[in-house]
Amino acid sequence: MSDNGQEMKTKPKFAMYWASSCGGCEIAVLNIGAKILDVDANFDVVFWPVAMDAKYKDVEAMPDKSILLTLFNGGIRTDENEHMAQLLRQKSQILVAFGSCANEGCIPGMANFSSVEEIFKAAYDSPTTENPEQIRPSFSYDVPEGTLTIPVFNPIVRTLDQVVDVDYFMPGCPPESAQITAVIDLVIDVLHGKAELPPKGSIIGAGLSAVCSECARQRDVKKITHFRRIHEMDEIDPTICLLEQGVLCNGPATRNGCGALCPQVNMPCIGCYGPAEGVVDYGAQLMTAIASVIDSTDTDEIEAILDGIPDPAGSFYRFNLAHSLLHAGKAAFAEN
Amino acid sequence: MNEKVEDAPAAASLQVLFLEENNMSEPFEPVIIGFTCNWCSYRAADLAGTARVKYPPNIRLVRLMCSGRMEPTFVLKALSEGADGVLITGCHPGECHYLEQNYKALRRFLLLRRTLSQMGIEPERVKLVWASAAEGVQLAKAITEMVEEVRTLGPLNWTKQLERVVENGRNGRVPTEMLFSEEPILEEAVL
Repeated sequence: MSDNGQEMKTKPKFAMYWASSCGGCEIAVLNIGAKILDVDANFDVVFWPVAMDAKYKDVEAMPDKSILLTLFNGGIRTDENEHMAQLLRQKSQILVAFGSCANEGCIPGMANFSSVEEIFKAAYDSPTTENPEQIRPSFSYDVPEGTLTIPVFNPIVRTLDQVVDVDYFMPGCPPESAQITAVIDLVIDVLHGKAELPPKGSIIGAGLSAVCSECARQRDVKKITHFRRIHEMDEIDPTICLLEQGVLCNGPATRNGCGALCPQVNMPCIGCYGPAEGVVDYGAQLMTAIASVIDSTDTDEIEAILDGIPDPAGSFYRFNLAHSLLHAGKAAFAEN
Repeated sequence: MNEKVEDAPAAASLQVLFLEENNMSEPFEPVIIGFTCNWCSYRAADLAGTARVKYPPNIRLVRLMCSGRMEPTFVLKALSEGADGVLITGCHPGECHYLEQNYKALRRFLLLRRTLSQMGIEPERVKLVWASAAEGVQLAKAITEMVEEVRTLGPLNWTKQLERVVENGRNGRVPTEMLFSEEPILEEAVL
């Protein structure tokens, strides 16, 4: 492709890879619509399993640091995930932990509440699975022709920055397409010398405050006397803070940048944008906030109110378990 | 109390023998982090000290201005960084120097306790004890009891265990060359 008859400039290389993920981040990128043409105009896409054909050995053959920008989404669950994280770190100048899985473990990270045995039982021995011989995968299997192998399943899900050095972090499950567009615009500006990259280690595509600061609902003094799940509510006032109405909303500890879309449709925030600025442990921060606004000073009464949160660990660590201070539940790493 | 000095070396070598026979390098001494509030429980600990009421040195006290400053992050940080237990102390309900903030500590503790049990941490490892400034003896007793309970439970070693499991998972892995090699792993099947 020539540009007004001038010499063809080599476009910088771009890669996107999915580790232990759902594919939603790829969809979010494609959801930027016609903007994807700007990506194509400014980058040479060299490796993106969902969108084009390439092999791992193609990546291995690339010179180190030859890929300018790699968006890595998905958690590190298997040896394959870890190998690709190391490989793409080696071949990339800028490695972005893209989406909640790579940043903090996200939903795959919740497997850290369970042992490998429990996980395999849920996958291969559920009520809807027919597996009378109780077959489980083995990572190495001898057949007459040789030995077959599949990637080894790690007992604990890890985040990208627990495995390699990460340059930028873009949270969200998935990152909102508008934020992706904003980040692409920034990167293109940087390529044309019109802007500078933020400092290494920055969180991009998100704000510096909590979801509450973007939420359209009115906030007042919180005095919670009971918690109800959203489907248990007879009536939801669309103008008042959900937490004040007794619905467990994770907004207070969650980073803004999503536009607080969920509360707008009567769904409490579940925390997919990760910890707000300055939060050390997401779940702990939520526990602090929620416990503070419970309106009771009597132990028995408090316990009755807390019964309205049937699964605190799941509610408070839904996205962040793999990146939290404790990292996992004991079942995941206790000796068999 | 009236041990002869000459007996001390004999006793020490007996202890070493016991440890070696039981494959222990040294007896487990629990590490407890104690969050105390400036106005009541810290003064109680201070009173125990000045009155020469003994409590075990396993507890490391951190003074907060109020138990209401305590948040679950402190407890989790302690447990993840090597503590075997955490003791939270404060003024009795109704006696908080800042009026109602010890109730915040209570509520946070009750919620944290539920989450910790889901994570597999024994409830005896994180405790809440109220102690007024005059209750030096009672606080010393509570600390002593907790140290012994945690000693029975054993070390928590949370992060060390996690790291070991991740490493063991690595050691069980298939060499990646086998996953990504160009040469066919299977010989041509003879049809």
